[in-house]
Amino acid sequence: MNSMHYLYAAYIATWVIHGAYLAILVRKYARVRREMERLRK
Amino acid sequence: MRRGFTLLALATALLLSFALYEALIAAPTEQTMGDVQRIFYYHVPSAWTAFVLFLINFVSSIVYLIRRNPKADILALVSAEVGVVFCTVVIVTGPIWARPVWGIWWAPGDIRLTTTLVLWLIYISYLILRRMSTGGRTPVIAAVVAIFGALDVPLVYFSIWFFRTQHPSPVIGGGGSLDPRMAHVLLINWAAFLCLAWLLSWVRCELEVATRRVDEAQALESLRESSR
Repeated sequence: MNSMHYLYAAYIATWVIHGAYLAILVRKYARVRREMERLRK
Repeated sequence: MRRGFTLLALATALLLSFALYEALIAAPTEQTMGDVQRIFYYHVPSAWTAFVLFLINFVSSIVYLIRRNPKADILALVSAEVGVVFCTVVIVTGPIWARPVWGIWWAPGDIRLTTTLVLWLIYISYLILRRMSTGGRTPVIAAVVAIFGALDVPLVYFSIWFFRTQHPSPVIGGGGSLDPRMAHVLLINWAAFLCLAWLLSWVRCELEVATRRVDEAQALESLRESSR
């Protein structure tokens, strides 16, 4: 593996971590919103 | 409020794109390590951002212990969670950089690497405590854990000043000679990551406030049902 592969791996890993966290937040937000609507009814 | 959020999101996206261009294309290539050194522009700003977030967690925890202000508790939780995300980036990108440069993924026993891993584990434990514990004293216990956890931050930062380590010397303020163009790109990336941290914290704060409202409403609902 040449050094460019390590460079790309590090940058991709960074964005995968941030993307995964954002996905967790979006999922939690959807669940809270659903629960809010259920409680309003 | 919503307009401010949209502006921050746009500014963050623009700054991150510009920072990526600067890191991958505009920054000069380091003579010894070559292009792999560009990992530096993500690794170091992520570490500094995590330190800032853990500092916010530390201050908010003290404020919560003194005033019992729920807003301080929310800020402590959010800053720890977003801080762990940035610290995870540091823990992952470090070994990816170390492998081609040192020939190993991890230097066992190295003080900087070990204290960083311990810092990450402390805040993971803090988040597990907050998630698993349901008692009314949880925020108080968590605040105490956070104050002790924050003691590891200066240990991580200053470890390379006082101990022999495989990790390079500090690039700024530690006698290191960083090319001014590299320092410029480093600071742009740090600004971009700080904006990202602010944006993520904003979203997470709103989510936490909504979650607490839902929990209160659910508790009221179950009280009403049990009294029928």
